[in-house]
Amino acid sequence: MVKMTGAEAIVEMLKRQKVKHIFGIPGGATLDLYDVLYNSGLRIILARHEQGAAHMADGYARISGIPGVCTATSGPGGTNLVTGIATAYMDSSPVIALTGQVNSQAVNSSYLIGRDAFQEADIIGITMPITKQNFQVKKAKEIPSVFKEAFYIASTGRLGPVVIDLPKNTQKESAEMDFSSPVKIRGYNPIYIPDPVQIRRAVELLCNAERPIMLAGGGVIASNASHEAVKLAEAILMPITTTLMGKGVIPENHSLSLGLLGMHGTIVANKLLHETDVLLNVGARFSDRTTGTLDDFCPDAKIIHIDIDAAEIGKNFKVDLSIVADAKRTLIEICKQITQKMIRKERSVWFDRIQQFKERYKDLLIKEGGLKPPKLMVELRKLVPNNTIVATGVGQCQMWAALYFKAVEPRTFITSGGLGTMGFGLPAALGAKVARPDVPVINIDGDGSFRMTEQELATSVLEDIPVIVIILNNSMLGMVAQWQRLFYGRRYASSELKDSPDFVKLAEAYGVNGVRVGSVKEFVNAVKEGLNNDVTTVIDVPISPEEDVWPMVPAGAGLRDVIWSAEKKK
Amino acid sequence: MWVKKNMTIYQTYILAFIVENKPGVLYKISNMFRRRSFNIESLTVGPTENEDFARMTITVKGNENMMEQLTKQTNKLMEVIKVTVLNKKNTVMREIALIKIFTVDSKTRSDIIQYVDIFRGHIIDVSPESLIVEMTGESNKIDAFIELSRPFGIKELARTGVTALKRGIGENKK
Repeated sequence: MVKMTGAEAIVEMLKRQKVKHIFGIPGGATLDLYDVLYNSGLRIILARHEQGAAHMADGYARISGIPGVCTATSGPGGTNLVTGIATAYMDSSPVIALTGQVNSQAVNSSYLIGRDAFQEADIIGITMPITKQNFQVKKAKEIPSVFKEAFYIASTGRLGPVVIDLPKNTQKESAEMDFSSPVKIRGYNPIYIPDPVQIRRAVELLCNAERPIMLAGGGVIASNASHEAVKLAEAILMPITTTLMGKGVIPENHSLSLGLLGMHGTIVANKLLHETDVLLNVGARFSDRTTGTLDDFCPDAKIIHIDIDAAEIGKNFKVDLSIVADAKRTLIEICKQITQKMIRKERSVWFDRIQQFKERYKDLLIKEGGLKPPKLMVELRKLVPNNTIVATGVGQCQMWAALYFKAVEPRTFITSGGLGTMGFGLPAALGAKVARPDVPVINIDGDGSFRMTEQELATSVLEDIPVIVIILNNSMLGMVAQWQRLFYGRRYASSELKDSPDFVKLAEAYGVNGVRVGSVKEFVNAVKEGLNNDVTTVIDVPISPEEDVWPMVPAGAGLRDVIWSAEKKK
Repeated sequence: MWVKKNMTIYQTYILAFIVENKPGVLYKISNMFRRRSFNIESLTVGPTENEDFARMTITVKGNENMMEQLTKQTNKLMEVIKVTVLNKKNTVMREIALIKIFTVDSKTRSDIIQYVDIFRGHIIDVSPESLIVEMTGESNKIDAFIELSRPFGIKELARTGVTALKRGIGENKK
């Protein structure tokens, strides 16, 4: 037992949890916490909007695999975090959000919680459906155990965000702190070890399959099982397609990689999926953007679903075999039990068919001439090292990056997959750069998306976190415009952003480099320069407002009905 | 929730939850029901033999797929220790209703007393214009009694919702 204030105990707990960086904005209800953080040795990164702070912590967590911590004050501070927390929740990212709260005890009777005090918001009630768990500290002495539980919950099982609400008085008051109590949560026992019977059945299905496909989701990356996934794929010549969250599981230049699946998946993945007879889903959740209409999703396939979250089994789609366990351990077990002689010979026919398909559609949509996003992404890939981290905005820019910037390592591509949060790119890139200062970090953004969190350029300057921001600037809310163009008779209701500021001047106003490029060559040079700069570089890339993202599976269609030009639209 | 077309046959399910007995748990569970579009028909909650835990009995309308999702989603909540979908065949279920019935004359009064007797209820309050009946039993018995008393005029009605326990016989011994 050690006597200290609540705020001191919080910082002590953060240190014990190996936290080195905190992203946030201080306020009235976190003054005590910030006062202790001030000379704690932890790096406090000042964001310019709490949403940015949450995305930074999220980006940090996705790259490092350990919880990212963000803070905000009570009331509006907390509610500004909400979008970031929901983003982390949908993509199962371990974010710890510390929120200040008004006094929970009568310091002065008018400042009690529940009395609509100044800057009071019920952040516990608000974040309940978008967190894995949340806590409100009632007494300072609870801090060590609450923090232990919070970090344990966020970073085990299916990862997810946890909110800790800290009334001002609990930060201020002193108590005897017990840092030794073990974590015990009766209602929480994540299952890691796969059931051997289910493993045997999975092995049998996989070995007897003629045309197996693995669908790898974010769960594979979260479990650091990318290596095992590729190993299994190579062992039985099973191609891998990924969800947006699973991008990077298999190097996308690998002969067994089919690329992305889903609404904006590759032609190859979407078409071949229809032919598969056994689909092995590892750590993906059959989201609507991945499956297309469920009536036409792998109609002839036996489906195996591996997920650490039992509630995902059968939630969106009925499967034939389910394994609730850690992806890595499960894949290791499956690999162990598969021997070469168990695999059917016909597999090479399948492999050849995949290669033919890949050859047929290779570079089909990468057009020369002018500033075409697919071409730019291909050029970018050639320019930057393999370990370069890409974060994206949401919309067309995100889909171009996902489709045409080939990820070759896991944890090098981060994007808001589930929630589709515009404005994720820049702050997430900053968080990623903090986690991996040694590698280049690039935010591939759109003009609409970028403007939602552009103020974090100030964070990049003040905190000295250099990244490259590529704005694919079509002066449009591009994805909205694409749908209006294709399905709403070109009626561009509120999707034109003609008043966009001059991004070069905007960059300069923030004190970072700004470049506008007019050709692929200039783009290449700007990126090269950006890689060598020790301040952030914003590259404004004016593209045609008429540019669509192809391929595309229209809403309500099956994946095999993927189209890759407007003419093919029925 | 994905269900094949024409497969949605809804029926009433009774779910028993053992949860941590602390503030906010009821909100959390009911909030989860709301978020996932499950509709609660009735809900009872009270402490168990161990004061750390509370027992919640929730009746919902749905199908098997929905119950599977519901059980899994509630199991995910850290405050939920155990969820059981009770099988009506080996479960005892009880509900209490308090029914205030108008008694305009002595004839209706004696009729009501007779019905209460047949249904094994109790009269727990009498006033010149009304009386209160306490009725305990399975929900359908209470439904029947309410229908029977309706012609007399029901002034007020309070029902507790179902509470239930699995029968002791056939239970797995730990």
